[in-house]
Amino acid sequence: MKIVVALSHVPDTATKIKISQDRKTIDQTGVSFVINPYDEFAVEEALRTKEKFGGEVIVVTYGNDNAKESIRKALAMGADKGILIKGETNVDTLTIAEALASEILPLQPDIVFCGKQSVDYDSSAVGQMLAELLGFPSISTVVKLEIDNNIIKAEREVEGGIEKCESSLPVVITTQKGLNEPRYASLKGIMAAKSKPIEEKFFEVKQNRLVVNELRLPESQRKSKILGTDATAVPELVRLLREEAKVI
Amino acid sequence: MKFEGVDYYHIDELLSDEEKLIRQTIREFVDDKVIPVIEKHYREGTFPMHLIPEMAELGIFGATLPEKYGCANLNNVAYGLMMQELERGDSGIRSFASVQSALVMYPIYTFGSDEQKDYWLPKLAKAEKIGCFGLTEPDFGSNPGGMLTRAEKVDGGFVLNGTKMWITNGTIADVAVVWAKWNGVVHGFLVEKNFKGFSAPEMKNKHSLRASVTSELVLDNVFVPDSHWLPNTQGLKSALMCLSQARYGIAWGVIGSMMVAYTTALDYAKSRVQFSKPIAAYQLTQAKLVWMLTEITKAQLLVLQLGRLKDQGKARFTHISLAKRNNCEVALDICRVAREILGANGILDEYPIMRHMNNLESVKTYEGTHEMHTLIVGEDITGFSAFE
Repeated sequence: MKIVVALSHVPDTATKIKISQDRKTIDQTGVSFVINPYDEFAVEEALRTKEKFGGEVIVVTYGNDNAKESIRKALAMGADKGILIKGETNVDTLTIAEALASEILPLQPDIVFCGKQSVDYDSSAVGQMLAELLGFPSISTVVKLEIDNNIIKAEREVEGGIEKCESSLPVVITTQKGLNEPRYASLKGIMAAKSKPIEEKFFEVKQNRLVVNELRLPESQRKSKILGTDATAVPELVRLLREEAKVI
Repeated sequence: MKFEGVDYYHIDELLSDEEKLIRQTIREFVDDKVIPVIEKHYREGTFPMHLIPEMAELGIFGATLPEKYGCANLNNVAYGLMMQELERGDSGIRSFASVQSALVMYPIYTFGSDEQKDYWLPKLAKAEKIGCFGLTEPDFGSNPGGMLTRAEKVDGGFVLNGTKMWITNGTIADVAVVWAKWNGVVHGFLVEKNFKGFSAPEMKNKHSLRASVTSELVLDNVFVPDSHWLPNTQGLKSALMCLSQARYGIAWGVIGSMMVAYTTALDYAKSRVQFSKPIAAYQLTQAKLVWMLTEITKAQLLVLQLGRLKDQGKARFTHISLAKRNNCEVALDICRVAREILGANGILDEYPIMRHMNNLESVKTYEGTHEMHTLIVGEDITGFSAFE
């Protein structure tokens, strides 16, 4: 089975983001980058699929040379080869999907996995756009997956519940937390990844349809609130924990 | 909580991508699996046995040995970074890895026969077997050459008699690398736990390295077959070569403890308000924090160059002594100063500082005391031995 993972290289979620002088991009100095956490589920599911059915896992990403770090990590986890599509950064979502599709289509994959969204710009669109450009069906926000006789059965998260659906292959799957527990890159895997190939391609951006005018940090930090000092405050506390904080 | 490390001098720029990735893998493992359980194990005086298979799966044991034994063939810098991250979790976790790798797999790899290597190394790498190292005795610590444990040649093997003490992993080990004198010369033997006359009672009631098993080894007329004698040792020097490996890992490891103490103290100082401003705004606190960061940066550069020298085959045991001596002492001092910054809160196990501080009291002493490393380097630079 030919399995492709479309990967995004994003600032570490623990990093404090600073806006550049131009007020349109992120200041990358001192920022560490990682595999987009949702894409780690995609890599893990790709590896499990390969372990079950055989084949190969190819990791494709759009970006600059720094993105090789994330490809290397996916190779260390067990992927077989990487493709880095180099092109202008700060482009719109459709352009990224087009760049990915241009390299993924010739690979004739059976399944394409990618995270349901990348945690930097949160567009939540590349996976579905990619499916459209490839001419494949897509199942998004998948939390459970089974493949049997070229039929893929998936459970996807919808507001307040689960939707079960199925599709034939080839298909694009976007992955959600809960699908699996991504493995660590083992030390042997890291050493073996050194000799795995990363192919470099170039993508010429013809038309960037969406322009970012300004990036801004949230106005102020969330303030703490005191609802009361005795039992009468409990119902309101419970309501806020449930409805605003969504932790219970 | 994700740990970001301390890198004031952009030392990361001196590391390869693989070295950084290896550190990252171990860092995540420690954040996910060690930190959440370690205080409980420390309090209860138990080693987190359930972590052993996962550590093996990651490839931590014997990580610098060749692939043909199922190992990762890492360079010494990557190995050091791994030790740093493990000790950031707890010295007990790092000690387990040090013993299995540097004190059990290394001597079998270096002094063992091909049959011994082929049999033991893959099992030790996978942690199907756990090992320990028996050199120190109740009355012979800094002076191991005085050991009383004896091996006597008999038909088909040897008979060993003696007692070893302060043996990490002893009680949980399947095999002990035991050093004993045969005709007055020190030799290494592989003693399996089920050999008749061998026992390994645990030493209880430690105030340090509580999340680590420390044992005695008792050898009462233990028959060890010829197949379990390490054929390529050359006296006490061979045992000391193992210690050099372990000391190297310690010199890196304790930087993990330094980083925890420093980052904990820095965070605390910025949020703890006294007399209407954070204590980080006071000169006395700043002096402490700056001193800590300076010592961490020096320690990092020291071990990095030591590791590069080791990879080039140029690191001498005296170089390793200097680094082990400096870094352990500094780590302990950093923990003490960090505890001062946290005031009374510093003594609670809500913060990791006292645990690391207590551990480091052992780490400063084991694998060659601070004093012995001083005299080893002293002898090297003056030509005079102050201890023999």
